[in-house]
Amino acid sequence: MIADRGASVGLGSSFDRSLLLLVPATLFMVVLFVYPFIYGLQLSFRPMEGNWLANYTKFFTTDNLWSTIGTTLKLAVPATVINIGVALPIAYQMRLKSRYQKWVTTLLVIPLTLGTVLIAQGMLGYFGPRGWLSQTLQFLHLYEGPIRLTHNYWGVLISLVISGFPFAFLLTLSYITGIDPTLPRAAATLGASPWNQFRYIYLPLLVPGLAMAFALSFVQAFSVFPSAVLLGSPAGATRVISIAAYEAAFEQYDYSMASAVAMIMGFVQLLVVAAILGARGMFYRGPVTGGKG
Amino acid sequence: MDSHRLVAKLWKSLIALVMAFFLINVGLMIAAVATSSVAQRWLGTWLPAGYTFNWYLAAWKEFQLGGVLLVTVQVVAAVVFLSILIGVPAAYALARRDFPGKRLLMGLFLLPLMVPPITYGIPLATVMYQAHIAGTIFGVILSNMIPAVPFMILVMTPFIEQIDVNLESAARVFGASTFKLFWHVLLPLLAPGILAASLLVLVRTIGMFELTFLTAGPDSQTLVVALYYAVFAAGVRAPQSVDAMAIIYMTITLVWLLIALQFVNPTQLVSRVKEHPQTA
Repeated sequence: MIADRGASVGLGSSFDRSLLLLVPATLFMVVLFVYPFIYGLQLSFRPMEGNWLANYTKFFTTDNLWSTIGTTLKLAVPATVINIGVALPIAYQMRLKSRYQKWVTTLLVIPLTLGTVLIAQGMLGYFGPRGWLSQTLQFLHLYEGPIRLTHNYWGVLISLVISGFPFAFLLTLSYITGIDPTLPRAAATLGASPWNQFRYIYLPLLVPGLAMAFALSFVQAFSVFPSAVLLGSPAGATRVISIAAYEAAFEQYDYSMASAVAMIMGFVQLLVVAAILGARGMFYRGPVTGGKG
Repeated sequence: MDSHRLVAKLWKSLIALVMAFFLINVGLMIAAVATSSVAQRWLGTWLPAGYTFNWYLAAWKEFQLGGVLLVTVQVVAAVVFLSILIGVPAAYALARRDFPGKRLLMGLFLLPLMVPPITYGIPLATVMYQAHIAGTIFGVILSNMIPAVPFMILVMTPFIEQIDVNLESAARVFGASTFKLFWHVLLPLLAPGILAASLLVLVRTIGMFELTFLTAGPDSQTLVVALYYAVFAAGVRAPQSVDAMAIIYMTITLVWLLIALQFVNPTQLVSRVKEHPQTA
């Protein structure tokens, strides 16, 4: 494999057999991802009734359909901003290797294992009107009456933070520790304050990683489905777009409409991701880990 | 200088406070579910009236957990194994070779991680229903591999890039065949990376709700989906037995995640830097 490297890279004439290793994965993605996607796209233009654009017209003229985009964004954007915004300073603090780092990381990662249902049950119990939190607040006379943090917008937002923060933290931590620590050390030798080390060394190098972490966190928050049903009010304040898609497919059995909603969902999602990744192009791009090998 | 130190101290305390706030609330939330799962009756008091383990037994019977767990194990094992089989060779080629269309191919592998599972899950389910594989374990495995294969590739590519090409060249010089090169040189070097990536795929697959939800039938539900139905589906269930099931789910995922953390340094998940001597 290595022997024919020169030929394949230099001249590009002889066929590089190691590229065959890509065939199974590519084939798999084409058959199970690209094909259904294209199938769904064309299915969305073949509505049960009306002309080829009927599904899309229906989506954008029906109140409880097109408003789901706004509802989803209103949940996903704040959740992502909170998750990355809190993960960044914490991960920055945790960047130095220590015993402490390992313990804190493990503790912060545990919520990843909870699962939507445990979070939902836990929130209904703990944050609910008669849960421990409510009882404690009343016991201490900090707040009278039952608190309302479930079956509404806040319930879903809190669950998105609980499940999304560990993920955002792990990613951010991983990007921060990927930055060569000799750079800030050099800056410190030249008298840079901790804030300036962060501002002029870490932050610019982090931007690509942060953009990626933001995009991936956003995908998770944007596709919120079970918690919007279990913790929100799925008919009202938290009627997110995936609920609309699910209802079309499995309650009305209108796969054409469901595909249209899925396509709109994917389009909005990709628009946001493209905007984030496009914005990062305005910052420094280059190696962050220094000389390797 | 002193004011600087004060600000730094305040900042550190603030961060510790935020972390403590998050962890305490999540901890109490888990404790609430755990308490409820062993509670005889618990209505708006600090602690339940009495304790029992019967809910676990009830959950096991009522939700046919034995069967569900078997399906989960089969699905997860197949997804992990097949993603290694397909993903690792692809990651190797992507890490070692440059070819026209490489960026496009990387894009193809990145895309499933960048769009919500429901977006491709609904058309996929539609296609699978037509092909009569939806509702079977096979369908569930295939759909769960869609995010797993790209994930495997994206985690393994930087890992393989790190391995010195000279090692492979040296093996070649000494006359190793491609198979021997792979078996004796690459595999041992890649083993930790593969282990790490597959543990992460495992944890992700146990928790993957949407794709299983869209493509599973009554006999091919994994634990997450069964759990969702237990809460959502018609019929009045005691919340305690749902809580018991949620605790079982959490324990299973947690065990695997803790095992994963023994092998994967979470700080080296996406980027690697040579270990430097530690400084305070």
